[in-house]
Amino acid sequence: MATRLKPVDAVLVGFGWTAAIIGQELTDAGLHVVALERGPFRDTVPDFSPTQIQDELRYAVRKATFEEPERETLTFRNDASQTALPMRQLGSFLPGVGVGGAGVHWNGQNWRFMPTDFKMRSHCEQRYGKKFLPDDMTIQDWPLTYDDLEQYYDKWEYLCGISGKAGNLNGAIQEGGNPFEGPRKREFPLPPLKRSASTMKFDEAAKSIGLHPFPCPAGNASQPYTNPLGVKLGQCTYCGYCEWFGCANYSKASPQTTILPVLLRKDNFSYRTNATVTRVNLDSTGKKATGVTYVDAQGREFEQPAEMVILCAYSLHNAHLLLVSKIGKPYDPVSNTGAVGKNYAYQMSAYVDVFFDEIINPFMGAGALGQVVDDFNGDNFDHGPHGFIGGAYISMWQTGGRPILQHYTPTGTPKWGGGFKKALKENYLRSSSMQIHGGVMSYRQNSLDLDPTYRDIYGNPLMRLTFDFQKNDLDMEQYVTDRAVEIAKAVKGNRGYNVRARTGHYGIVEYQTTHNTGGAIIGDDPSTSVINKYCQSWDVPNLFVMGASAFPQNPGYNPTGTVGALTYWAADAIKSRYLKNPGALA
Amino acid sequence: MPTLSRRSFLIASASASAAACSRVPSTLPPEYPEQTRSDAPVFLDAGERRFINAACARIIPKDDLGPGALEAGVPDFIDRQLAGPFGQASTWYMQGPWSKGSEQQGYQLKFTPAQMYRHAIHNVDDYCSKQFKKAFAELSADEQDTVLAGLEKGEIELPDVPAKTFFGMLLQNVTEGFFADPMYGGNRDFAGWKLIGFPGPRYNYVDEIEQYGKPYPLPPVSLKLGRAKAAKA
Repeated sequence: MATRLKPVDAVLVGFGWTAAIIGQELTDAGLHVVALERGPFRDTVPDFSPTQIQDELRYAVRKATFEEPERETLTFRNDASQTALPMRQLGSFLPGVGVGGAGVHWNGQNWRFMPTDFKMRSHCEQRYGKKFLPDDMTIQDWPLTYDDLEQYYDKWEYLCGISGKAGNLNGAIQEGGNPFEGPRKREFPLPPLKRSASTMKFDEAAKSIGLHPFPCPAGNASQPYTNPLGVKLGQCTYCGYCEWFGCANYSKASPQTTILPVLLRKDNFSYRTNATVTRVNLDSTGKKATGVTYVDAQGREFEQPAEMVILCAYSLHNAHLLLVSKIGKPYDPVSNTGAVGKNYAYQMSAYVDVFFDEIINPFMGAGALGQVVDDFNGDNFDHGPHGFIGGAYISMWQTGGRPILQHYTPTGTPKWGGGFKKALKENYLRSSSMQIHGGVMSYRQNSLDLDPTYRDIYGNPLMRLTFDFQKNDLDMEQYVTDRAVEIAKAVKGNRGYNVRARTGHYGIVEYQTTHNTGGAIIGDDPSTSVINKYCQSWDVPNLFVMGASAFPQNPGYNPTGTVGALTYWAADAIKSRYLKNPGALA
Repeated sequence: MPTLSRRSFLIASASASAAACSRVPSTLPPEYPEQTRSDAPVFLDAGERRFINAACARIIPKDDLGPGALEAGVPDFIDRQLAGPFGQASTWYMQGPWSKGSEQQGYQLKFTPAQMYRHAIHNVDDYCSKQFKKAFAELSADEQDTVLAGLEKGEIELPDVPAKTFFGMLLQNVTEGFFADPMYGGNRDFAGWKLIGFPGPRYNYVDEIEQYGKPYPLPPVSLKLGRAKAAKA
């Protein structure tokens, strides 16, 4: 029997980026807010201290700060003809667990989507014709535009102290920035990071073949920074431990380094850790959420009543909670009806490793220290001759040279023995890898539902992921990988390159990206989406769903920047409209 | 020459283990400090340890470039990892039903890594006994390489576990031990990091990152052991 707790105005499921933003905004509006986080509390000191965090084995290899499949996982199959089996250990993606969520262990690669990314279907149909898109492709336009989000992107970037160079200020293209980006109202809050040896070589090579390289907008502070909340970030030391690690130096934007020092001092905010939400509770009409049920570390069940429920968990868990709580109509790929679980998408990563004749000291780096070209992303090039839509950026990162996972050897090198050892010695200081980071469209056959067989430790069915790479996206990735090879060939002083193309079926074993999207998508039609343009459930108006579960398809950019902007957009609508007149926002 | 000395020490340690049956004896070369030897074998028994020592010596061999995985203490690393949360699969989803699945669906075996190693080592030694009338550790370096390659390619079939899966795990763990911070027992005296030129968790490269093409001047440090202790450990 669940213990019933004192009601609050809003309960947040999860306590990562989106919960930190919503918590800050709604407590500013005077609400009593509680966040329920399934993992432990974590903060820069002591959890990420420099005497602890720079430990590749513990954090990157043994995955100390991520979701534990033993407690929560999903089942996976490539297509409906297979039996889905549990993801028994983490691999392809790494959801975070604990306060700060995946915002603790991201790299800081911070992007805005392009204006056309928000009009994916109508834009492509207009430019290439309706028949250009495959029948099974279920991409949809967003119900909001880049212009709607611009001020919220700006708010997010100034919260985080993003280091970068504008490429488009109010329509005027800026030297040194991304000429393909949507117009921004003002410069980045901080200048770009220092440039590493590998990114300099990439920059020169890309320019020499007529491309437009620019520094990746970085959530790694290039200089000391005080954000609008008064929280201070320190200058990045280029220690090379960003992705999969917490930042020891208050340099990487995370809830801990941007919001929590303010939010945690508020009397009208509280949080509980080791509190796993297992269900959103509804009243007898099924149209109103009454709160959530959660289980604490001792296995005790609690009911937290609330006027509003806001799902701020990882995208996959938002969709899972909707499914187990029986909110909305589950997607049925056969009849192509229902919406919950629809349009799950992912991303494509191929690599071209480059071997230099000079040392580049790969261990000096930062998570978002990279030089990028966007010439082949989105709809920045004519897709007509190619027969696919979407694209990828090509980047040369110098994120670190952590030796267990970040060593590159030329094709044909033995995997063990004296030849392997010799190749390690010859190449570690003289190699780097280009990433071809591509979008994945959404398809009828790629979706999320509940598994009929396997359960989590709380007794809930595991979510079942049915997903495979489709021809459009594989063709796109190959095309852009070929362009990356042209850059590799143009690198001066290169001793050769490896192509690690992305081909064949999607597999859940190899790490690719933690950019899982969809399942609770945003739209303007309740029959084809789960939430309206303000991230409000169509079915239960006092339930909001934040995060990348909203994305109708996955463009070729890392999602965090858009997740942050969308959260600010939704928070604004809740504050300025919903609270005055609770109910469905039109 | 390295092969010969390795074989003689393995044979010597094999007879030592027969003599001291109450305690699993150290199979570490005598130049290793007492501190490390005293806390060495925790999961592997003497025969299993001989297998791991021999496999490490082939996967990253000692040669002109410097120490190999055996000299770097990687067997200690693997032994400790198998005794700990990794070896026990403490974070893995280990509920049935069990089914083989596709390559894309990943690991679907009931075995924890520790169980996987135990079954596989005994299976491989049985295979070697049949083929060569010797345990794996007693084979010549070339014979050992042939067996390892057979496991890698899945050409040798083991009765209890898939050979390729075991070899993949072993290779991954050897690489981990060679390159993880020395506080985990491998990468002794920074053998792995010195080989490639990684200085360890140095933390701050603000001044150096724009000095293109210039070698980083400082020697490696360990996160917990500092410099001097790690060199001894």
